[in-house]
Amino acid sequence: MDAIAENFFNLAIMAKVWPYLLTGLGTTFLLSLLVVPLGFAGGLIVAVLYSLRKRWLNVLVIAYVDFFRAFPPLVLLLFIYFGLPFLGIQIPAILAVALGFMLNTSSYYGEIFRAGIDSIPKAQWEAARSTGLSWLQTMSYVIVPQATRNVLPDLLSNTLEVVKLTTLASVVAIPELLNAARNAQALTYNPTPIVLAALMYLALLWPLVRLLSRLEHKGFAVR
Amino acid sequence: MELDRLVFTFFNAEVAREYWPDIAKGIAVTVQLGLAVIVSGLALGLFLALVRSFHMRAINALVVIFADVLRALPPLMVIIILFFAFPYAGLSMSAFTATWLALALVLAAFAEEIFWAGIASIHHGQWEAARSTGMSAWQTLVHVILPQALRLTIPPLTSRTIAITKNTALGSVVALSEILGSAHSASSLAGNPTPLTLGALAYLVIFIPFVAFGRWIETRYAWKR
Repeated sequence: MDAIAENFFNLAIMAKVWPYLLTGLGTTFLLSLLVVPLGFAGGLIVAVLYSLRKRWLNVLVIAYVDFFRAFPPLVLLLFIYFGLPFLGIQIPAILAVALGFMLNTSSYYGEIFRAGIDSIPKAQWEAARSTGLSWLQTMSYVIVPQATRNVLPDLLSNTLEVVKLTTLASVVAIPELLNAARNAQALTYNPTPIVLAALMYLALLWPLVRLLSRLEHKGFAVR
Repeated sequence: MELDRLVFTFFNAEVAREYWPDIAKGIAVTVQLGLAVIVSGLALGLFLALVRSFHMRAINALVVIFADVLRALPPLMVIIILFFAFPYAGLSMSAFTATWLALALVLAAFAEEIFWAGIASIHHGQWEAARSTGMSAWQTLVHVILPQALRLTIPPLTSRTIAITKNTALGSVVALSEILGSAHSASSLAGNPTPLTLGALAYLVIFIPFVAFGRWIETRYAWKR
């Protein structure tokens, strides 16, 4: 029992690494602020392109979405980060993460937005267009706001996944929370920092998981 | 940039021939790992959802905590805890076991929630009607509730299972020689990223059929409005 306390919940080590892990948490937060809006915007573009209902464009959009849903995000990230330098293109790790995440998450967000846009009855389009709104105005003021509301639980659930996915950035040495915890473990020869980081993720993400559970059960029930 | 250079760099036939055996071994590991994760994760998830449907308060609380914790923690974090922290408690495991266990638990957590949502969505009158015909609680669950509930769960379960099975690539972080791990080390040895291209292609060949299947399932089992 003592050995477990000593190795996993060592308070002296927790106190020592706390500021360092907090910096890591800050980086995780900033990283999320970078990749979530990028994925969101990319997904919206994917869904809007799909809603144009041009046959060849739809084939391209579906190919794009399925391609990146089949591609593990870590493979994509390493391919970008370690592959591009062979072509003489050096990119900083953060840019590789931003690019990899955007390609990956925009396909997931895109599918969600597409379902949302599909859920809006055609009459809404016709009514909006007949009041003199342009196509773009109809899309941005009438369709997208309602579509977003309809798929809010899915958007939230995907955002949770994206935030969890930021741990992959540790593999290309971006000092986010997991990376900080592993460095701290190496320095202290004790896994307490990893446990502490896990507790930090739990404290932050558990409320979101609870909220999602509620929304999802409601969703099943009303259908 | 000249096309020649692009081909030489990413599609180098000589490098591909030399390192293909490594990638093939990686594919075998990824397929075994993926199947193990899918089978054990879904089985555990279904089991937990069934247990939960008997409404025993203390056990339900434990199931909910299990599902919440494993949905809140990033999968890479879980793998690293199992592989790097558990040995300090005398529980050492291989990279394969750590990756399998972590992903199976994560999949079980998500599957439990989806199965449970499906079971909970079946109207209570169905239980009562079935029980009043003389079926036991277990028979009701197996013959009446589950067949209806499972139908609802297929689309979300398919996409979740694909997303989690793709995470087998995370095993490379704990030095498991699955596709990504062997491709990465081969490309370092070769000084050429062609093995990474091969690895990426292998993932696409394995997963695109599943993604296409998932898309088909979604339309097939879509709710008739």
